[in-house]
Amino acid sequence: MIYIILSVFLGLFILVMAVVAVHNQNIKVAIIAAGIVSLFSSILYLILAAPDVAMTEAAIGSGLSTVIFFYVLNKIRKNNA
Amino acid sequence: MEYLNIEYISITTGFLLILIGIFGILTQKNLLKIVIGFTLFDTGIHLVMVSIAYVRGRTAPIIDETINVNDAVNKIVDPLPQALVLTAIVIGLGVTSLMLAYILKLNKERKSLDIANFSDLKW
Amino acid sequence: MLKKGIILAIIVAFAAIFLNLLSSFNGNTELSDLSSYYAKNEPAQIGAANLVTAIVVTYRGLDTLGEVVILFLSAAIVSFLLKLSHDEQNNEARKNELRPSSELLQTATRILVPIIFMFGAYVFINGHLTPGGGFQGGAIIASGFVLLLLAKPDMKINHNLISTIESISGVSFVIIGILGIFLAGGFLDNNIIGLGTFGTLLSAGAIPIIYIFIGLKVGSELSSIVGTYNETQKEN
Repeated sequence: MIYIILSVFLGLFILVMAVVAVHNQNIKVAIIAAGIVSLFSSILYLILAAPDVAMTEAAIGSGLSTVIFFYVLNKIRKNNA
Repeated sequence: MEYLNIEYISITTGFLLILIGIFGILTQKNLLKIVIGFTLFDTGIHLVMVSIAYVRGRTAPIIDETINVNDAVNKIVDPLPQALVLTAIVIGLGVTSLMLAYILKLNKERKSLDIANFSDLKW
Repeated sequence: MLKKGIILAIIVAFAAIFLNLLSSFNGNTELSDLSSYYAKNEPAQIGAANLVTAIVVTYRGLDTLGEVVILFLSAAIVSFLLKLSHDEQNNEARKNELRPSSELLQTATRILVPIIFMFGAYVFINGHLTPGGGFQGGAIIASGFVLLLLAKPDMKINHNLISTIESISGVSFVIIGILGIFLAGGFLDNNIIGLGTFGTLLSAGAIPIIYIFIGLKVGSELSSIVGTYNETQKEN
């Protein structure tokens, strides 16, 4: 029963963060919101009894992908300024 | 009601994430936002695939001392879609890093991130 | 950009397809036929405690080979596109602009980075017993590398060492697969060494060895991608 409430809360939070990632005009907020979507879906994978997939999604989606986005953003701002 | 179980909630979340990702790819003008739309689309598809594999009341597909070796067929969830999603997550990172490298090169040429400036091939 | 009406029509069409799929979705109550076969025969045939590892390395080994090739290709293309020319690399004027990172970060990095590398190695060595494996261990090693780059942004990365590790791991993975043709049932069969006792470290034949090579290869490839992106910050 607790898992059902937890997964409803996680699903709503994932969808709200995804709408923030697409809609917000500030790019830094959008990148961090995409990282949060990845992190919370990793918790949802753990509730769905898939620990390998949860570990991979947390390390790759929420760690490396966000870092690469910020490197690119910094280089573009230095080039255009 | 019969719709409040874990796999139904997560497959609905996955499908809605796919729709939000497609909406982001089609309407945004900033190149970086389009790449963010692609990552949301990937995450949605992986959620759908893992939640198809769930069997109610069972546990993760690892045989240790809590699951008897001969009884494993009745106690584990489906391991096959999880193996497919493992590969797909790593390939999604490779494609994202390639798209971002192309964005760096494009920005060096035109000094702008708006997609309306790159309309050379438009008919 | 497409007009607003066409975008709305596309999204409504996708939503109709997904609603159709969603209404015919019942949860499973039994495993499918293929997964029942894997669950019944896998401890005797392969001997790995982690079923997902057994599927990724032996039953679906060719897909893993294809994925390793795709990762190698993407790392090579990224480093080809973003390579600095030689005179931009020796630009000394950049050094004065980079503010050094704080003392807290540098001290904590000296303690944490060896522990993170060791944890990554533990995850891919024990891939057949606990959740984990080559891809997870490689991603953890690349995260440790990112911490190292954050503490010292002007660290000189030895690209020759990374590419040597990556090449040797890739070639060894294929050689172990070819050894399976001569000594055991077929390509990438893990019966070339004997299957030990189920559930110990030295079980499941060649799976720990294959996963060690995959873990080193994926870790060095992701580190090379992040290192290339870090070096683009240096040119003016």
